[in-house]
Amino acid sequence: MEDVSAVTAPTEAQIDKSAGFHPLPAANLERVDSFGMNLHAMSYVWRPSTVAGIHQVFAKARATGRKVGLRGAGRSYGDASLNCEQICLDLTRMNRVLSWDPQSGIIEIEPGVTLRQLWQYCVGDGWWPPVVSGTMFVTMGGALGMNYHGKNNFQAGPIGNHVLDFDLVTPTGELLTCSREVNPDIFHAAIGGFGMLGCFTRIRIQMKHVESGHLSVYAFSTRNFAEIIREFEARMDRADYLVGWIDCFATGAMLGRGAVHEAKYLHIADDPNPQQSLRVENQELPDTILGLLPKSIVWRFLKPFTNNAGMRLVNWAKYWSSATIGNRKTVRQSHAGFAFLLDYVPNWKWVYKPHGFLQFQSFVPAETAEKCFTSQIEACHRAGIVPYLGVFKRHKKDSFLMTHGVNGYSFALDFAITARNRQRLHALTRELTDIALRAGGRFYFAKDSTLDPVSARAYLGEDTIREFARMKRRCDPDGMLHTELAKRLFAEDLLNT
Amino acid sequence: MPLPFKRCIVVGASSGMGEAIARQLCREGATVALVARRADELARLKGEIAAAGGKALVFPHDVRDYQAVEALFQQITAHMEGLDLMVYAAGVMPLIEPDEYSLDKDLLTVEVNCMGAVAWLNQAAQRFGREGAGTIVGISSVAGDRGRRGFPVYGASKSFLDAYLESLRNRIARTGASVVTVKPGPVDTPMTKDVAKKPLLISAETAADTILKAAAASKRVVYVPWKWRPIMAIIRAIPSFIFRKLNF
Repeated sequence: MEDVSAVTAPTEAQIDKSAGFHPLPAANLERVDSFGMNLHAMSYVWRPSTVAGIHQVFAKARATGRKVGLRGAGRSYGDASLNCEQICLDLTRMNRVLSWDPQSGIIEIEPGVTLRQLWQYCVGDGWWPPVVSGTMFVTMGGALGMNYHGKNNFQAGPIGNHVLDFDLVTPTGELLTCSREVNPDIFHAAIGGFGMLGCFTRIRIQMKHVESGHLSVYAFSTRNFAEIIREFEARMDRADYLVGWIDCFATGAMLGRGAVHEAKYLHIADDPNPQQSLRVENQELPDTILGLLPKSIVWRFLKPFTNNAGMRLVNWAKYWSSATIGNRKTVRQSHAGFAFLLDYVPNWKWVYKPHGFLQFQSFVPAETAEKCFTSQIEACHRAGIVPYLGVFKRHKKDSFLMTHGVNGYSFALDFAITARNRQRLHALTRELTDIALRAGGRFYFAKDSTLDPVSARAYLGEDTIREFARMKRRCDPDGMLHTELAKRLFAEDLLNT
Repeated sequence: MPLPFKRCIVVGASSGMGEAIARQLCREGATVALVARRADELARLKGEIAAAGGKALVFPHDVRDYQAVEALFQQITAHMEGLDLMVYAAGVMPLIEPDEYSLDKDLLTVEVNCMGAVAWLNQAAQRFGREGAGTIVGISSVAGDRGRRGFPVYGASKSFLDAYLESLRNRIARTGASVVTVKPGPVDTPMTKDVAKKPLLISAETAADTILKAAAASKRVVYVPWKWRPIMAIIRAIPSFIFRKLNF
C-alpha cells in the first residue's frame, strides 16, 4: 500500500469537486435536439401540465442550483431551447384551450397549445390565427417567446401584435398579468424575449375573421432580386400574404431568380359554400401524393437529391415550372394548404441526416435589401456552399424590445451541414452576418445558431440590451432562466457570467 | 486526425495508463475530469497539464465508494456541460504468491476492477444510450482471456470486465454510442513494476496513443499492442489438459 503521508494535501482551489452538489433524477435525463439536428443537449426534462407543476420545477431548480430552459415543440432551428446539463421545462403538456368566444374571436390558451390545435379549434367558426408560421407544429408559447412572423408580416406584423394579454410565471414564483396597459414594458419584452423573463402560462389572442376557407393564390416567376422586390413593393398594399422562393444556384443576370405567391382572403360572395370550405377536414393537408404515395416516405425519395448536383437540378426544375406551366396562374387553396408549406413533406428535414442543417436568415431594410442579398448569394458561391432553399419575405417594424422586424425584407437560406463543410460554413455565416450588419440587418432567435455577442450587440444596440437586462433582473433576479442561445449571445449582459 | 473528444472523464487518472490517456487528451485540447483516490497526485497532474496549456479538473474519489458515483458523475457532466468519452482505467493487481489465497486482496481486486467499473460505466452507458453518442473505454487485459496460474482473481476480474463491456456494447451500440474493450499486455506502469515476466512490454504513452486511436475509430476490442491478438488467439485455442501443465 502506498504512503501518502509525506505529500502535501492539495488546496481547495486545486479540487473541482463540490460537496454541496445536488443530483437530479437520472430518469429525467434526455437528449434534446435542435430542429436543425446540428445541435443537441442532454437535459433533465420535466413536462408539467399545470401552473403548480411549473412552480415545482422552478423550486426544484432553486433547491439544486440548476438553470431552467423553456421549450415548446422544439421547432427553433438552433440552440434557443437547448440547456446543456440543466433543466429543460417542456411545456407541451400544458395544451388546453381555456376559453373561446366565436363571436369576438378571442381565444385563451395555455402555452403548449400548438398552432395546429389553434386553427383546428377555430376555423369552423370562421376564424384563423392572425399570424402563422410555415409549420403548424409550433407551440404558441414558443411562438410568443420568439415573436414569430408569417407571410403576412408586412400587413399584420408579428404574433405579438395580436396578443391581448398573457400571464407570466417568473422564476421567483410571481405571476404577472401583462398587456399593453398592465406591465406594458414586460409585455413588450417577454414577447420576443426568448424565454428569458418567465414562462407564459395563459395567452389571450385575437383571431382573424375569415369569410371563406379558401385563399385566392396568384403565382408568378421573377428573374432577379430587383424584379422580386419591385413586385413585392407594388403588391404589398393589396395582398394579404406574399412569399417568394429564390433559386440560390442561379448566377449572373439571373441571380436571385425565383417565384412569388401572392394570396388574398376570399369574401363570402367569392365562395359558393364557405361553411364547407371552413370545415377542418377540408383544410387538412393530404396524406398522399396523387392519392398513391404516402407523404411520410417522400423524404426518402428526396434524400438522393440532397447534394449540390441534385439540388441544382431541383431548383432549376422548380424555376422552370414556375416560369412556364405555373406562371401567372391563379388557384384557390385552403388556408392550411397555403400556410403550412413545411408540413407538406413530413420529416423533410431528415434529408439532411446525419449532420443536419442550419438556416441563416437576415432581415434587411428595403433600401439595402437587393444589394445585401445579392452579396450574400455571391459569397455563398465564392465559398462553394450554395443554399438548397432560399425564402424571401416582406416585413415591417414592430414595437417589441428584442424584435427582428424591419421595414424591409428577409432572406432565409437553408445550408446542408456535411462532415467536410462545417468549418467553411461557419466562416461563410460570419461573412453573411457582416454583409447583413453593413446593410442595417437584424436576426431572428428562432432561426439563429451562428451569431456571436458582438454581432448581436451591433444590431440590437447597447440601450436595448441594457433595457432587456434590466427587465431580466426584475423578473429573474437570480438568472435562473437560461439557454445555450442566451449564453452564446448575452452571457455577460443577462446571465451574470 | 485530431481526436473527436472534447469532454472526457478518466477514472484512475493518477498514474499508469489513466494518467497517460489524460495527458494525451489534454494535449489534444480536451477538457478532462481526473478521477482517482489520491487527491495530491491529481492536483499535481492538473498543475502539470495546466502548465502545458491543457485543462483538467480534479475529482478525488475512491472507486469503492459506489454510492457516491451517481452524484459525482452528474457533477462532472454538469461542470463540463456534457461528456464525449468515459475511460475506466482504475485497476489493481495485488501481488500474490503461488500458494497464497488472500480474501482481502481478492475482494479489493473485485471491488476496484469490477464493481467500480460497473458503478461508473453504468452511468456512462445510460447517458450515452439516451444520447445516441459517446464512447466508453474499459481497460481490461489479456489476462482476462484465459484462467492462468498466477493472479486468478485479477484474471477473473478482467474476464468479468470483458463480458460486461460486451453487454454494454450490445445494449447501446445500436443507438450510435460505442464501447471499446482494451486488452493490453504488460505496460510499464506502477502496477507492473514488481511483476517478473513482462513480455512485449510497452510504455504507458504508447498504450495511451493506441487506445485513443481505437476509441476515435469506435473499435470494439483492441489488443495493445496488436501482436497480442494472434498470440492470445493461439493461447485461447490451447486445450485445457495442456494449458494446466504450462507455467504462465
